[in-house]
Amino acid sequence: MGPPDGRPLYPYMIWRYVAKHTAKIILLGTLVGASIYVSVFLLTKGMYIPAVMPLIGSGFISYIFLSQKRYPLRWLVPGVIFLTVMVVYPIGYTFVSSFTNVGTGHMLSKEQTIRQLLDRCYVPDAAVVYSYVAFANDDGNLALLLESESATILYVDGNAEELSLPDARLIDEDGDGEIDRYEDYARLSFMQLAQRVSEIEDFRIEYGGTTISLVNLHEFRTRSPLYAYDEEAETMTDQQTGVAYTAVDGIFTSESGEEIYPGYKVWTGLSNYLDLLRNPAVSRPFGKVFLWTIVFATLTLLLNFALGLATAVLLNDPFLRFRTLYRVLMIIPYALPAFVTILIWRGLLNTGFGTINQVLVSLFGAGARVPWLSNPWLAKLSVLLVNLWLGYPYMMIISLGALQSIPSTLYEAARVDGASWWQRFSRITLPLLLIPLGPLLVGSFAFNFNNFTLIWLLTEGRPPMLGTLTPAGETDILISYTYRLAFEGQRGNQLGLAAAVAVVIFIIIATISAINFRMTGALEELSKNV
Amino acid sequence: MYDKHTFFGSVWRHGIILVLIVFAVFPVLWVVSGSFNATNNIQMQKLIPPHATLEHYKSLFTTPQYPFGIWLWNSLKIALITSLLTVVLAGLGAYAFSRFRFKGRRVGLLGLLLIQMFPQVLAMVAIFLLVLALGDIFPWAGLNTHTGLVLVYLGGAMGFNTWLMKGYFDTIPRSLEESAKVDGATPFQAFTKIILPLARPILATIFVLTFISTYSEVILATILLRSSDTFTLPVGMALLISDQYGRRWGMFAAGSILAMIPFLVIFLLSQRSLVSGLTRGAVKE
Repeated sequence: MGPPDGRPLYPYMIWRYVAKHTAKIILLGTLVGASIYVSVFLLTKGMYIPAVMPLIGSGFISYIFLSQKRYPLRWLVPGVIFLTVMVVYPIGYTFVSSFTNVGTGHMLSKEQTIRQLLDRCYVPDAAVVYSYVAFANDDGNLALLLESESATILYVDGNAEELSLPDARLIDEDGDGEIDRYEDYARLSFMQLAQRVSEIEDFRIEYGGTTISLVNLHEFRTRSPLYAYDEEAETMTDQQTGVAYTAVDGIFTSESGEEIYPGYKVWTGLSNYLDLLRNPAVSRPFGKVFLWTIVFATLTLLLNFALGLATAVLLNDPFLRFRTLYRVLMIIPYALPAFVTILIWRGLLNTGFGTINQVLVSLFGAGARVPWLSNPWLAKLSVLLVNLWLGYPYMMIISLGALQSIPSTLYEAARVDGASWWQRFSRITLPLLLIPLGPLLVGSFAFNFNNFTLIWLLTEGRPPMLGTLTPAGETDILISYTYRLAFEGQRGNQLGLAAAVAVVIFIIIATISAINFRMTGALEELSKNV
Repeated sequence: MYDKHTFFGSVWRHGIILVLIVFAVFPVLWVVSGSFNATNNIQMQKLIPPHATLEHYKSLFTTPQYPFGIWLWNSLKIALITSLLTVVLAGLGAYAFSRFRFKGRRVGLLGLLLIQMFPQVLAMVAIFLLVLALGDIFPWAGLNTHTGLVLVYLGGAMGFNTWLMKGYFDTIPRSLEESAKVDGATPFQAFTKIILPLARPILATIFVLTFISTYSEVILATILLRSSDTFTLPVGMALLISDQYGRRWGMFAAGSILAMIPFLVIFLLSQRSLVSGLTRGAVKE
């Protein structure tokens, strides 16, 4: 990496070289170290495939930064890391989990679930009972002395050892026959003990082939594992009752239909998608939400563009006075953050307090109260109206820009030929506008298709759809429906189903984008300049 | 296409425009007035407040359940950091795509184009689980942390902005950098000393677009932020009003005004270049 031939080598160049490479090695070392840390962490959790990813990633990055040949890729590394971790991986995960039953009660892998179930214990009738005394040293570490009829056990630092009394380490300071200290551990009073009982509860003392744990504040007892797992037959057997549970759809189920929670993730193939189409409890709300999403995005586009274009045509008029002032005032809704203005509209449209109903009541009497946001049809109308308010200034701005690029000679020629105002508008203005605005209109459609902010802040998808098993509202669009399935289900979070809905949205958006690429020629441009 | 107006022609034009302006401006006027009205009930509000007061503005900063000051600070902090880092990261990537020819460049560009059309929020479930898991390993980047949220936003902003910036870099003549390289500049020096100053308009555009979208982002912030002291404005304002237009309207109105200001400032500063940028991107020569 020295200077190119024919140039003198100054000492500062050497220092710069050394400093640069030391820094590089330290940074790469930190990166590799961190990735090893993450991998080990994931390994201890039993996630073997995710554990390999950071190692591959950091190895690849180190290679890019050490190989002179891969120099251009160095520039891409930072952005690509974020893109991979925060976009590509989540998208992939969404696709994959749309083919599983992941959700509440089915979050873990099968291995993790089995390990968790095998950790569960019960207290058999023939359990050995231990009374105990607890000690703590200055660092707050606990020591326990357990006593049964047959044995005395000392439990310190996770190790159990059998003692034969008397033991020199146990000290009775005041000679009352009760032990007051174990080495530098002081005995806990009842109050102190009560405060630390949750820690003591977690102790699983392995001794003589049995597990001993706390059953109540005063006693430890031996416990046995509650379940035994037969790998061949894939059955869990309850050791207490003898009932066998077999794995059915990701949950261990007995013959009588009893289930052991938690269950685990299993592949369910296309069943989420089939549910969306055929299972009436799911497909009915999904169908309605789907239809409304299309209607909402289409009507919004038409209404906003119509009003935006109309105002643009009005305000583009050179004979109109105050047109600059008018433009500024009309742009106001676009210049303010939607998350605030939507909430303001929600107040204006409120049935009981809202300003719009106030005005109606003062004009037409108390009967004129309109349930703007709680009637299914009116709520849809309100959504469209508020979105018109939010969106038409944008349409006006882009239309104004495009109107100004239409040469006035065209209009003059049309006028000479005797074209009416409407003919000039529909034959010249509109076609010439749609060429530059087309991609922006498609983009606006795609944006509103996923306009979660509007729906969530204005109606939260309400009013609720009646008679459905999955939570859904009359004004829900697909994206807010996905959110609901994933995070707000009354019957738990149906993440797999939510992922399937997300994939459906993706397919629609992908189609729209493909149309947009056609219109803008982005792909042609790409192949041209490579 | 326009003629001189007749008397009636100008009456109906101004009439329609005034109706539209009332539609556009009324909600904003109403909230400005609401923030100065003494009442906290939208129903009792008068357009001209009879006893104008700053009480609601004060209570925004003195009500512990609704720490508005913290939300405002959180929002500004997150939006600023995200926009700055987006400009830097997208700039680096765009420079490589624009100036170097390397194996995988075409695939990379195509991939970028495909990725950026998938809205990140569609993967909200996966992002939630990812950040949850991230928090197990690095508690400072898990759920309910701003670091975690910024990391997610950075990923979402990368595709589109790299693509946009690359398009602009392509229009800057290469001869400038080539002469710098003859003088011994490294590619990195050429990038920082020559390209970046020339690309200032696109840097500003991307900064503003990212700022505006991050500042108003609702869904990911709702999912990832859990306690009211970490909320951003969109989550916090929704919590503040919680459909209580009869009880907290005044306070909400005052908060709305303050929340609008940073957005409005950025918007006004950038309006001219944004508008021309939007249409310039649309019109193909």
